[in-house]
Amino acid sequence: MIRLESRNSSSHWLAVLAPVAAALFAMLLAAIPLMAAGQNPITAYGLMFKGAFGGMFAFTETLTRATPLILTGLAAAVAFRAKLWNIGLEGQFYLGAVGAVIVGSGSIDAPAAVLIPMTMAGGALFGALAMLGPAWLKTRYQTDEVVTTLLLNFVILLLVQMLLEGALKDPMALGWPQSAPIVDNALLPALSAKYRLHTGLYIALCASLLVFALMRYTTFGFALRAVGENPSAARHAGISVSAATLGAAALSGALAGLAGVGEVAGLKGYLTADISPGFGYAGIVVAMLAGLSPLGVVMAAVFVAAVFVGADSMSRALSVSSYLADLMVALALLCVLIGGFLMRFKVTWVSNSRRTSSTGAEV
Amino acid sequence: MSDHNKNNTSELPATKTQSTPPAEAPVLLELRNIGKRFGETIANECIDLTLRKGEVVALLGENGAGKTTLMSILFGHYVADQGSIHTADANGVLQPLPPGNPQAALAARIGMVHQHFTLAENLSGFENILLGSEKLWLPARGRAALRARVEAQMAESGLHVSLDERVSNLTVGERQRIEILKALAHNTQVLVLDEPTAVLTPQEAEGLYKTVALLASRGLAVIFISHKLHEVLAASHRIVVLRRGRLVGELTTANASKDQIAEMMVGHEVPRTERGEATVGEPVLQLLDVSLESSQQRQRLQHVTLTVRRGEVVGVAGVSGNGQAGLADLISGLALPSSGKLLIDGEEVQRTGPRHLMARGVARIPEDRHHQGVVASMNIRENLMIESLDDARFQRFGVIKAAASRSHAIEQIDAYDVRCEGPDAVVGQLSGGNMQKLILARALDQEPLLILASQPARGLDIGAQTDVYRRLLEARKRGAGVVLISEDLDELFTLSDRIVVLHDGELTEAGASDEIDRREVGLLMAGQGSNHQQSTQESAL
Repeated sequence: MIRLESRNSSSHWLAVLAPVAAALFAMLLAAIPLMAAGQNPITAYGLMFKGAFGGMFAFTETLTRATPLILTGLAAAVAFRAKLWNIGLEGQFYLGAVGAVIVGSGSIDAPAAVLIPMTMAGGALFGALAMLGPAWLKTRYQTDEVVTTLLLNFVILLLVQMLLEGALKDPMALGWPQSAPIVDNALLPALSAKYRLHTGLYIALCASLLVFALMRYTTFGFALRAVGENPSAARHAGISVSAATLGAAALSGALAGLAGVGEVAGLKGYLTADISPGFGYAGIVVAMLAGLSPLGVVMAAVFVAAVFVGADSMSRALSVSSYLADLMVALALLCVLIGGFLMRFKVTWVSNSRRTSSTGAEV
Repeated sequence: MSDHNKNNTSELPATKTQSTPPAEAPVLLELRNIGKRFGETIANECIDLTLRKGEVVALLGENGAGKTTLMSILFGHYVADQGSIHTADANGVLQPLPPGNPQAALAARIGMVHQHFTLAENLSGFENILLGSEKLWLPARGRAALRARVEAQMAESGLHVSLDERVSNLTVGERQRIEILKALAHNTQVLVLDEPTAVLTPQEAEGLYKTVALLASRGLAVIFISHKLHEVLAASHRIVVLRRGRLVGELTTANASKDQIAEMMVGHEVPRTERGEATVGEPVLQLLDVSLESSQQRQRLQHVTLTVRRGEVVGVAGVSGNGQAGLADLISGLALPSSGKLLIDGEEVQRTGPRHLMARGVARIPEDRHHQGVVASMNIRENLMIESLDDARFQRFGVIKAAASRSHAIEQIDAYDVRCEGPDAVVGQLSGGNMQKLILARALDQEPLLILASQPARGLDIGAQTDVYRRLLEARKRGAGVVLISEDLDELFTLSDRIVVLHDGELTEAGASDEIDRREVGLLMAGQGSNHQQSTQESAL
């Protein structure tokens, strides 16, 4: 029989080590399908590591991939801290990208120092608005935000497809469904001419520090955490649960929107309907891997990005499906969740031999 | 509940109707040298307890004294580190009870009624009694046989209750009778009642004592767990006191006095709480014909008029769920009256919001510490400032003044003697008493005009309870008005200058606490003082 006893406390070391252990364990589990595919897992992981960190190109590719993940990861972390289950990051990402296109594709003529912040603000605003709707419905009518935000993803993606065929369509794109390009003054500068890495990374890192400070040192962050941990006590103490929820929603949506801005104005230069390979959904995984810590999100985003970039490279070399990356990330998430459970509870096995079996055993 | 209201004893703990069982009655249960540790904490140590046929033993102790652990070991929910349990088999011979096996405990004919009822509300009383021990899908004949058995049990034990009514339609007292019948259903010889009176009116409790006496006289052995002294004196033959996991005393009830037992429980003499003279001033809280509509019974109020003045404690008695939640919400700023007026310090309250009322000098000690009082996963510093987030003491332009809030927390920890590791200790790790001290520190910090204290000492040990009482009375002396919502008559009579009773959303003035007796309050609590005799039953429908 299995017994669970809750632990009184767990050390900070454990909190840092647990995700690392979980990631390693996930790699161990993912070795099983690798071996089934006839590959030596050590070779495969070696290639993956090389693909993600071996050399400047690989490393910058990983960081480029990590940039939107940091932002969507932060977006998820902020919302989840307030127990607002924002599953609509993907949609907010796309609306943020739409905002960037509307502001940054030539409608406004301004120098870069003005236009870049405006483009970012436009994207953030669109992302925030995309999340405020479901959050308002939650505070006003207690609708389940998991359902509304998740379904809104599909609505927004269809809306984006419609815009790309219509209002935002690039007349020069020879019929391809893509938006008019971002003007030069609105583009986020690249960090080096040789690589794709762009200033969006700095924005993401600053966002992580800002969110950390906001959560820890401001009354807004305090209210948000209190509402997330115990809404009835927060309400009783005079904290407006609705205001904190809406604030968390706006911030979360804005961060996801910024991720969309980064991809459009930093990387691609225009919007297509397949610009995100699921950055929104991966943001949820990143936030969970990071234990909802704003600084941890950076590490988790780099890990997830490395797995994807490395698996791509490894699959080309070994002809193993790159879906292995999805498998590994999913396994890592499961391992982290199980690890979190083990940190909260001590599991002990009580052997049945200590009990008499004559009176009927229960398991 | 009306049948046991008819006798006219004047003071409640006066039902010592039990005849002492013969000392050489056969032993039904023996706990030998039970010990159990949780990590460093000693939950039970060297506990010996013998229970004889026909005996009611009160197991008395403060919270955390080890009562529940001991009973959990008896029921096989925990395995003791040392010691053994022996129960009498069909021939009266003591047999060891296999540890860690709830099925074995049931087979050894031990029955338990938990503090929190474990009934399925959508089933009838009869089905609930069968639930867990018999199959619910029985052929009519088998069902009839079981029915006859349960009815015979009812007749024998005097526990009368409608078996076919859905549990959701039954009153609390009736539900408890179902629970007891359920515990008795498998030919039980040892019955454990865990804090059975917590939810009952005094009259219902009195009925329970009689039932227990009757069951004992029919040969049942009963363990009666409690931390209320007067009910222990009323209901038991023998008192066993636990303190910090050890058995510290065993007395015959007939020879015991309240003070003696209290001292045994706490380990030192308990200072009596003296209220002192009241200097009553201006009204600080006025409810003028206030009604509160709500879909929930526990919130609904009907035409309540109440005045609380400075320097007085007004006790609001009543069985939980009769509108206390509504009254607390109004005074906390979580709700506005649907009709009527609510005045604080002479000014009408026209909008909701706890901050708004706090700014007018209202402090709250919420009923449910864990749920409403604190954010358990946040630390002491944060919980002390949570009600004053806009306050310039703690923030500037929305940025928290960490140093100021920290030194404030250190001061408060010191002033209110909160036992903790420091301002960064997580509140969830504090004991109930220390948590309540923290809430008191927060509530009383700004010298409030009006204090709403809901069940302020519930679940606290005597030491912490005395501390809470002292703080409330100090506030009263300073000139604060106190609204004390409580189910505990001892507490109400100790602290209140005046007592009012809430029943079914209606408030009745009972009078000055020095001039009325418990019986009157008890009758009002049961809704019998005014002219709605059956309203408890009706309201449950």
